[in-house]
Amino acid sequence: MKAPSFAYARPRSVAEAFELVQRPGAKVLAGGQSLIPALNMRLSEPELLVDIAELPFKEISLEQGVLRIGALVTHSQIEKSAEIARHVPLLAEAVKHVAHPAIRNRGTIGGSIALADPAAEYPACMVALDASIVVAGKDGERLVRAQEFFKGLFEVDLAPGELVIAVELPAQLKDQRSVFLELARRHGDYAIIGLAAYKGKSTRFVFCGAGATPVLARRASQSADLQEAKKLLEQDLDPPADLYNSSATKLHLAKVLLERAWNRLSTSH
Amino acid sequence: MEQALDIALTVNGVPVSRRVPARQHLVDFLREELGLTGSHVGCEHGVCGACTVRVDGEIVRGCLMLAVQAHGCRVDTIEGLSDSKELARLQKAFHERNALQCGFCTPGMLMAAQDLIRQGKRVSREAIREHISGNYCRCTGYQAIVDAIEEVMQTEVIPREVPHGQG
Repeated sequence: MKAPSFAYARPRSVAEAFELVQRPGAKVLAGGQSLIPALNMRLSEPELLVDIAELPFKEISLEQGVLRIGALVTHSQIEKSAEIARHVPLLAEAVKHVAHPAIRNRGTIGGSIALADPAAEYPACMVALDASIVVAGKDGERLVRAQEFFKGLFEVDLAPGELVIAVELPAQLKDQRSVFLELARRHGDYAIIGLAAYKGKSTRFVFCGAGATPVLARRASQSADLQEAKKLLEQDLDPPADLYNSSATKLHLAKVLLERAWNRLSTSH
Repeated sequence: MEQALDIALTVNGVPVSRRVPARQHLVDFLREELGLTGSHVGCEHGVCGACTVRVDGEIVRGCLMLAVQAHGCRVDTIEGLSDSKELARLQKAFHERNALQCGFCTPGMLMAAQDLIRQGKRVSREAIREHISGNYCRCTGYQAIVDAIEEVMQTEVIPREVPHGQG
């Protein structure tokens, strides 16, 4: 399984990148850890790959209570970042579930967000933390709330010629908590089901692997009682079966994760 | 017509320049252009880990990176790390503990194992398993591989600091 043939460009500037990515048949190559397997299996046949590796979206910075992570920051860099561990512990916990070390060294947060695999960890974290996605094109930048960004199965609020250049996450305050949990058959496999949970003034339970997009369990998130919340999850979720797990199994596992997260959110550090 | 690009990189310490098709994977470039056939091609979609090589000091999947993406990079393969004796202790331990049978996964397994060893930490067997979770072995059942890695880790002189991207 070799990739089909395509043209390749490696823009040196952001302006050049915007020009290239709006061409018909163009696809953005970041870390390539999802795109290249898709090419190898001929699931995708772009005419032009625009390799954005040289663009300057590689910073992690904290400003006025908002942590901004550049789109080209890799999973490994997230794993090692003291700032992320301190200010966005949910992401630091989630990254451990992202594939394997050799893949974490290349894959990027921007790639994961822009692709929006329904089993991926970061999109659920973004919705749980009410993060914003920074989208840019030749006409400028716009901020999109995570919940509106993920629109459907592999479908995001990104127009031709636009790039995800960063994400912005609110730094976690002292009285806020978060937990990331995931069940997979083997370590690093795609999630059967995963849960990004946040508790501050409000609570948000957001599942990955439970639908076409990250699924916010609205009713369960508003409940004050664990048993009731687990019951309400049946209304919140209708997870699609995968090759190995039925919808009922996934719903059961979602309840298991909900209970584990609930207990961790309600015990002190 | 297929696009070809000129790339220049360092492979096992040797500067290399070639013209490569845009779609050629790094592992195919190493094997077919340079004759470095120690990195194996297994699944070709990033699952089995047989093609693991080091790029700028970090392990990557050779089948999930294009050769053109390695332009300007330093690439180290099993041949380089074997010749430099960086892997000598791991290779000896794999041999003594019977940590391989057919050997197909072994180059990638050694690259992944050495990535953990050079971090200079002593970690649990569980953490060793986690670190090699992206490398499949269909012969050994992993037990002997974990034994070998653990043995080297326990006898390794722990450096005070491993400089990032070195060695």
